[in-house]
Amino acid sequence: MINIEIDGKQLQVENGRSVIEAAHQAGIYIPHFCYHKKLSIAANCRMCLVQVEKAPKPLPACATPVAEGMKVYTASEQAVKAQKGVMEFLLINHPLDCPICDQGGECELQDLAVGYGGSASRYQEDKRVVLHKDIGPLVSAEEMSRCINCTRCVRFGVEVAGEMELGQAFRGEHAEIMSFVDGAVNSELSGNMIDLCPVGALTSKPFRYKARTWELSRRRAVSPHDSLGSNLAALVMNNRVMRVDPVENEELNECWISDRDRFSYEGLNSEERLTKPMLKQGGKWQEVDWQVALEYVANGLRQIGKEAGAAQIGALVSPGSTLEEMHLVQKLVRGLGSHNVDFRLRQSDFSADGKMQGAPWLGMKVAEVSSADRMLLVGSFLRKDHPLFASRIRQAVKRGAQVNLLHSADDDLLMKLANKAIVPPSELVPMLAQILQAVATSKGTHLHSSVQSLVQGVVVSATAKTIAENLAGGERAIILLGNFAQQHPQAAQLQLLSQHIAALSNARFGFIGEGANSVGGYIANAVPAEGGMNAAAMLASPRKAYLLMNVEPELDAHNGQLALEAMKSAEMVVAMSSYKHKAMDYADVMLPIAPFTETSGSFINAEGRLQGFRGAVKPLGETRPAWKVLRVLGNLLNISGFDYDTSEAVRDEVLGGRDVSASMNNTLQGLVVQPAPVSTGMQRVADVPLYATDSIVRRSAPLQATRDAQTPAVQMRSDDLAKLGIKAGDTVKVTMGQNTVQLTASVNEGLPAGVVRVAAGRAETAGLGAMFGAISVERV
Amino acid sequence: MNAPILLNTSHFDQPWTLENYLKVGGYQALRKVIENKMTADEIIAEVKASGLRGRGGAGFPTGLKWSFMPKNYNGVKYLVCNSDEGEPGTCKDRDILRYNPHSLIEGMAIAAYTMQVQTGYNYVHGEIYEAYERMEDACEEARKAGYLGNNIIGSGFSFDLHNHMGYGAYVCGEETALLESIEGKKGQPRFKPPFPANYGLYGKPTTINNTETFASIPYIIREGGKKFADMGVPNSGGVKLFSISGHVNNPGNFEVPLGTPFKKLLEMAGGVRNGNKLKAVIPGGSSMPVLPGEIMMDLNMDFDSIQKAGSYLGTGAVIVMDETTCMVKALERLSYFYFEESCGQCTPCREGTGWLYRIVHRIEKGEGRPEDLDLLADLCENIAGRTICALGDAAAWPVQGFLKHFRSEFEYHIEHKRCLV
Amino acid sequence: MLSDQIKTRIDRELAKYPADQKQSAVMAALRFVQDEKGWISNDDMEDVAGYLGMPHMAVYEVATFYHMYNLKPMGKHTLTVCTNISCMLCGSSEVVDYLGKKLGIGLGEVTADGKFGLREGECFGACVDAPMFTINNKRLCGKLTNAKIDEILAELDKQ
Repeated sequence: MINIEIDGKQLQVENGRSVIEAAHQAGIYIPHFCYHKKLSIAANCRMCLVQVEKAPKPLPACATPVAEGMKVYTASEQAVKAQKGVMEFLLINHPLDCPICDQGGECELQDLAVGYGGSASRYQEDKRVVLHKDIGPLVSAEEMSRCINCTRCVRFGVEVAGEMELGQAFRGEHAEIMSFVDGAVNSELSGNMIDLCPVGALTSKPFRYKARTWELSRRRAVSPHDSLGSNLAALVMNNRVMRVDPVENEELNECWISDRDRFSYEGLNSEERLTKPMLKQGGKWQEVDWQVALEYVANGLRQIGKEAGAAQIGALVSPGSTLEEMHLVQKLVRGLGSHNVDFRLRQSDFSADGKMQGAPWLGMKVAEVSSADRMLLVGSFLRKDHPLFASRIRQAVKRGAQVNLLHSADDDLLMKLANKAIVPPSELVPMLAQILQAVATSKGTHLHSSVQSLVQGVVVSATAKTIAENLAGGERAIILLGNFAQQHPQAAQLQLLSQHIAALSNARFGFIGEGANSVGGYIANAVPAEGGMNAAAMLASPRKAYLLMNVEPELDAHNGQLALEAMKSAEMVVAMSSYKHKAMDYADVMLPIAPFTETSGSFINAEGRLQGFRGAVKPLGETRPAWKVLRVLGNLLNISGFDYDTSEAVRDEVLGGRDVSASMNNTLQGLVVQPAPVSTGMQRVADVPLYATDSIVRRSAPLQATRDAQTPAVQMRSDDLAKLGIKAGDTVKVTMGQNTVQLTASVNEGLPAGVVRVAAGRAETAGLGAMFGAISVERV
Repeated sequence: MNAPILLNTSHFDQPWTLENYLKVGGYQALRKVIENKMTADEIIAEVKASGLRGRGGAGFPTGLKWSFMPKNYNGVKYLVCNSDEGEPGTCKDRDILRYNPHSLIEGMAIAAYTMQVQTGYNYVHGEIYEAYERMEDACEEARKAGYLGNNIIGSGFSFDLHNHMGYGAYVCGEETALLESIEGKKGQPRFKPPFPANYGLYGKPTTINNTETFASIPYIIREGGKKFADMGVPNSGGVKLFSISGHVNNPGNFEVPLGTPFKKLLEMAGGVRNGNKLKAVIPGGSSMPVLPGEIMMDLNMDFDSIQKAGSYLGTGAVIVMDETTCMVKALERLSYFYFEESCGQCTPCREGTGWLYRIVHRIEKGEGRPEDLDLLADLCENIAGRTICALGDAAAWPVQGFLKHFRSEFEYHIEHKRCLV
Repeated sequence: MLSDQIKTRIDRELAKYPADQKQSAVMAALRFVQDEKGWISNDDMEDVAGYLGMPHMAVYEVATFYHMYNLKPMGKHTLTVCTNISCMLCGSSEVVDYLGKKLGIGLGEVTADGKFGLREGECFGACVDAPMFTINNKRLCGKLTNAKIDEILAELDKQ
């Protein structure tokens, strides 16, 4: 520790800290623009100049390390003269368009100009004009004359997002922030540049000119789009979410959010919102009262239960549903006598059910991922599935962590990988088995009988050995299973192998988790037990009645085509949804339920953290919070225990004072390993594109205008394409079983040989079928 | 005059060849350190004794700089030569590169041996391509002769030197901007600390010296530091190359001992052109404050004398202006230069250099305002000392110097909307 | 596409730097492109970026930072005249005027036949030879007089 004095305050500061950090730690504000605690030091704005005793000139507080006995004056005559001098320079070329600037009210330049700016300008010349840029549908760079060249956006791209998309071109007074040849900024984290920009140069394009910031009220929310549980602020005006900002939570999203979290709100205001209950009668949809709709549902379910048996009723729940919603759905279904309820819609292997010792979870705190020194990532489109997990790992890599990847696609994670094994889906288990064998061999241990059959006969490849050695070389090694691993047809085996590798390498392991409530779904028991059917089984043997909770089956299920057929063949489909979606084709009742901003509720994120939230706005139209809808439905069906006054009461019932963490456990016991089906021919690899994950993002127009939301193509290695006589750009017929779709072919050299990548979660590919399995491609 | 030290091959038709360099004792200093197994401390002591101060403009004691390199560090280290000579008025290093490239190579090899560095880069100003090519050839020659590369003259010590060409950015003369430039980036200076000795090229410990500084080393080692020091005056040891440009009859580079009277130097350059009256002199490259001719005529060319008179020896580039020079026009051109060359990183420099230029420009055009001179002075205070590198200072000092000594000429311009001369 | 000749020249430069520091050759690579094509297009920058494994924007930053790169087509012979202080004192504005009159173009312009381009430069570091210009950033011609300029232009015109 180092003793320094700032403005007369005696402070003890960690060695290596800068003066600005020391000051902020002591609650002393030093004006600044380019400094940001999460970015490298640029020291270019010069706003933080302070007086330091014995220094001949003012020094930048951001780039001056503390030294023993240092005396700093942040508001002395010398310091203030320097700060005011800088402010004058910043303002001479800054446009005077504050009245129409979106940043107005939350502009760091405006705020500091109040304290440090002059009342009149001594600059009599013409102000500099910097041309506007088009950098894509999310970030507006329409007023680059406002830019003060602090380069926060550039540093964010390089350091946090992992890719240099913006740069500072030209020099001197002509320096400009821009992308190369006006290209779009495609980063899945690009919106953070808006927050980082201290002025109104980079602003939110969807929010542009929509409201003045002081007209907005901030309401806390939690992201429903992935398992991180990013903390959000919904900025609301006239009962409408106008913008979403991050709320800093160092343990989860730090000060960032992904573009999906930031811009999905545009989907909340979509034209497709379902705002009134609807009944299909005589093949025609009619808007009806809630009472009518719910009575219809209750009667229908009761009748099917009575006539065909309760087991003919199944409920499919989105993993982004709240804990309360999940609890009430399963309680309702079970109250009807069925156990067919599931939220694991994209999972295909359920052999672990009944063998798990608890809810699968991250296996560690999110923040602990940052301190891992060795990682093995199994089956994950990490950057797109979990943008901020990726960023956290990227930072860890910068600090020296080594990441090994086992996956079926070599997408650029924008971080240095220590080793990678890119293999077809059918080889994931064998490759992981090799790694386990390599670990076991090096440790000289015998493997547990439960995994013996998996490693039997495997020949350890050099890659597997290297990865095993890499993992074993760490002190804080972790193994993370991604969405792809969880969706894999041998997901349980991947889990079992990871479990044993972790045990032998003294590593921790866990699941990143697909949905906002992937852990909560287990806690709420929205999974089949006692002989109920899981999500896949409910679709494979169609039920007579389905209750859908925020589910678009053809897009959200592992096998969209099968799901669609099941829905079509059902006698009754009750779609609880925020949107009029494809269910309009086959459902009988559409019940408008509130999206996350219009209801209270809670999510349990990947690390088991329960985060509650209240509605940011009132439900749109006649939309109702789903927990209230289910409460009424429970009462109409005379199921006992549906008398909740608040969603908190529902939550209390779920948790009943129990510790969530005690219910989480990744250990598998007694798994019977089934031999994998022999795969021949081409295999499908399916990612769920970033902006196709759930019904809200699918309806966010700005997100749908990004590169990540482009119409999916059939991707193959060029040599595989050549074998089929196909060129990139050709229209091809893609077939899985009986199902066929037509798509455009494209080259992806990062795929293993024999793999055909076709995205799931998209209407264009929904007709194809399962996310894994045999697939063929031919010229049209 | 003594025989030249820095340009000691200049009497040959092809002064740049290795053959000719060897004839004047070339590479003997390198042999001396190797054969005598001189220790780093011994070499540094010799350099300190020479009183050699950096010839790139800042005048930092070279021996002291060398001692900053981490001692017990076994990783990669770099040695860099700053031949990015772009300070207006300065063109002395160019003559070393063109006419005595091996003196630079030998000086760098000795420095590398001292600091146990295996790789060096020589960053050559982009506009002097012929000098770059000359250096490339000389390095190849030295490599073939065993003065560069692996196992230099059988010593077991290896050092290779590569030339890197700039391409039009004055700011790269700033040592950390130069490092950034070698790394293939924009030449934007780094803030300090950390200093290059700890975090230099590619983040490795690095020592950077000017061309002329390195070229002085062989003599110092061969003949002894004291002999070099004694040629100059106290605190300004040795000889130095002065570039004399502007209004003189015989512009050129002149190697003289530090402390030589300006008057004598001016004579060597043939005096003021056409027998005109000397008006003003910038004594150390364009960034240094201008001094009136009459003050200069009484000064000696050494660090302390010039500093006492209110300017700096800088690079030793002497820009001579005769009575026909409009000082407003001269400052306008200089201000334009700093405006044009600001890297754009720091606010005061990015915004301030353009402002300075525009004010001087409007005064020159006859559109100046009475308050402009005070405004200029105030802006200079807000730029100098407020930026990462010295380009801010370099932009402010000429303005301050011109206003200090020639304010009346600026006032005349403002009042009469025309030139005094 | 980068020509084989450019690639060979880049490879030679790459040998100067550590293997993991390919970016160090970017300035040279852009220079080679300009040597061959007279200027550097955005496509060229992409090619250089690809060859050196750099982000496009990082190449663009470099190309726009250093002023000797031509970011638009210039003449077959581009003359860059230094107008800085020492050259100014020695008549660089007369040189610019004379060249302008002879070639019929101003600074930053190219003759209609594409033969000559004219640029203004900052200090070349050859001040004792003022006034001066460079030809295609290669050859430096100093102590210019109108007669000497006539001679040089005539010589270039023949090439």
